[in-house]
Amino acid sequence: MQIDMCSEALAKAGEFGACLGNLEEEGKSSKAPFTLDRRSFLKGAASAGAATGLIPLRQQLRAEPSLRSVADQDDSRFIVEAHFYEKLPNKKIKCKLCPRECTVGDRERGYCGVRENRGGTYYTLVHSRVCAAHVDPVEKKPLFHYLPGSLAFSLATAGCNVNCKFCQNWDISQSRPEQIDSVYTPPKKVAELAAQWRCQSIAYTYSEPVVFSEFLMEAADAGHEAGIRSVVVSNGYIQDEPLRAAYGKMDAVKIDLKAFNDSFYQKIVTGQLKPVLDTLVTLRKIGKWTEIVYLVIPTLNDSEPEFHGLASWIKGNLGTDVPLHFTQFHPDYLLKNLPITPIPTLERAREIARAEGLHFVYIGNVPGHPAENTYCPKCQRILVERRGFEIRQMVIRNGVCPTCKQAIPGVWHA
Amino acid sequence: MRFERITGSRRGFFKTCLAGAMAFVAGEGSSAFETPRTGHGTRSRVSIARDPLLRGSSAHGIGSKDSGSVDSKRILNLLDRAVRGLFEDDDPVRSWSRIVRPGQAIGVKVNTLGGRGLSSNVLLVDAICERLQRAGIRARDIVIWDRDTQELERAGFRIRQGGNEVQCFGTDRVGFEAQFSEFGSVGSQLSKILTRRCDVLINVPVLKDHDGAGVSIGLKNMYGAIHNPNKYHPDGCNPYVADVNMLPEIRSRLRLHICDATAACFDGGPAFKPEFTWQPNAVIVAQDPVALDQTGWQMIEGKRSERGLKTLAAEGRAPRYIETAADAEHRLGTNDMRQIVVVEKSLA
Repeated sequence: MQIDMCSEALAKAGEFGACLGNLEEEGKSSKAPFTLDRRSFLKGAASAGAATGLIPLRQQLRAEPSLRSVADQDDSRFIVEAHFYEKLPNKKIKCKLCPRECTVGDRERGYCGVRENRGGTYYTLVHSRVCAAHVDPVEKKPLFHYLPGSLAFSLATAGCNVNCKFCQNWDISQSRPEQIDSVYTPPKKVAELAAQWRCQSIAYTYSEPVVFSEFLMEAADAGHEAGIRSVVVSNGYIQDEPLRAAYGKMDAVKIDLKAFNDSFYQKIVTGQLKPVLDTLVTLRKIGKWTEIVYLVIPTLNDSEPEFHGLASWIKGNLGTDVPLHFTQFHPDYLLKNLPITPIPTLERAREIARAEGLHFVYIGNVPGHPAENTYCPKCQRILVERRGFEIRQMVIRNGVCPTCKQAIPGVWHA
Repeated sequence: MRFERITGSRRGFFKTCLAGAMAFVAGEGSSAFETPRTGHGTRSRVSIARDPLLRGSSAHGIGSKDSGSVDSKRILNLLDRAVRGLFEDDDPVRSWSRIVRPGQAIGVKVNTLGGRGLSSNVLLVDAICERLQRAGIRARDIVIWDRDTQELERAGFRIRQGGNEVQCFGTDRVGFEAQFSEFGSVGSQLSKILTRRCDVLINVPVLKDHDGAGVSIGLKNMYGAIHNPNKYHPDGCNPYVADVNMLPEIRSRLRLHICDATAACFDGGPAFKPEFTWQPNAVIVAQDPVALDQTGWQMIEGKRSERGLKTLAAEGRAPRYIETAADAEHRLGTNDMRQIVVVEKSLA
């Protein structure tokens, strides 16, 4: 398991003490989502100075029983009966969590690899089984219209219900839970840690929260009891009932819309586009604050007609106020043969979406680009100035532009 | 054909080249040893040995393949007859010497998903290890393995790691390679037991029906060597099973398939369900995994027909991956029964 804070969060939260570093166990995967590079680590550690009496997060989690060997982990406490499935004859089950609807025989697992049929009963193997935890700025999710400048206690378990060839976190998302180190972190502990680290939100992220819905729901309840909100970063590949049950407990949602063509979804994601679009529509219907990220991958989902189609669909189905982030692709996992997305491609995508009428279109993974900022759609004033995950200024008051009083959609204040 | 992804190190590059070269050698059949038949221009042999008295004269009805009920001498004899049928050589040691040579490290990949009821038979595996040692392989250079140590134990295997005896443990003890190996639709990390402990791989699957794949015999058993098998179950595991078997680290090592059909499953697999289990009391041996799977599939269909069940095709789960494994892109063997010589070595 790896736990750290990103350098920006450290800079913001200097009183939190020394950087947590990472918690890799011997011989285990060395790659964790959004880990610090050495320079950032040193910078963060130096800026934080000596520990100020706060107990490092890793130490708190290490107080849990031994994690030295994955093989020695006591699996039983992570295993609870899954929600969202139906029993079939001959000890089979049909999973009703995601649109895949895996039919799973006895002793087998679903596509996600973290739900197992044992004698005709379906179990999640990842309840409270946290394999990554970080304190991140909420901008890193990215959520740009949701409590800007706040921190999110961000966590993940193993597993994912798709297999994107460009996944940046494949080492946890594409692994089975027993293949990676995890820490037993029950919902109340999650809430306690978030409070202790002065996070305003718990973020379920990095891998795919759909596959740990049961844990997410309980952690969200525990967080709300402690006055801490919850946000989720998801592929949106989920059925309607679990969507309403699980993401209904969220205070904000970020959906990765991976392309606007079904062929891409089938070949590159191993999923389908329509259920994700359905999810976005449902989230709007139930009034969840939602932002969309579209990772622009050269040659695969970067055509102008696709950008037009995407923007037009968003405008027609979700409205013009949904923030849309076009982010830069970096080669990873099984897509190492493609280049980084050229910035002009991202700018062209943004141009098209704005021309379609979308008000809040951002460019991501390009620190310092002016399209990281939030502009008033009426008077064009910079309302939130960003550089990377850092907020340089935020002038929205009471949800309106201070200059022209235009309402700016979002959750701006706690 | 694509080989595994190179992630940067010079050592990794050379390792990859070596694996690729080994795959090439195996595929072209230029090794001094017997290598898998490609099924193009040559007929593949599948040897089936049966023994109705494998469990003694009292054996009857549907039951488990509990090792205790199988006679160890008879199962060694059964194995020898099957191997003899494959290589047409009366000397079992000489037959095994076509597969392995002293100094090599041998992996025996078993299948233990089905617990004691429907896993590779411990006594059959013991017999294989005995013959390997007779062929000059040191006991400690043999490793019996599957994905999970606990599953091995549940299937009746005694875990052994270290020392001079035959080794037996799961991939969970050593993990998977960090580097991905890719072919077609598959990108997976491979068991370090396979990549670091095996020069030669002996595949010991079980003859089984599979609710998703249709059947699980020799080809599908290689799912136990990769870190993400759950990703490759959609669409009846097609083309994934064939693609996994094309991974150079697997293809270059696989020399022999010894399918345990002492007890087998004709429906409701791959887990053990006594009501769907029967006892062919047989061992099926082949070097061509596609021919093996095609033959095994027909055996399962025969039993299904006998029990009044629909064919797998009628149930919409014919094992299409077998045909894919034989296609021009894979050429792992032949699924054309006219090109398969099935040799029966049965005791009356």
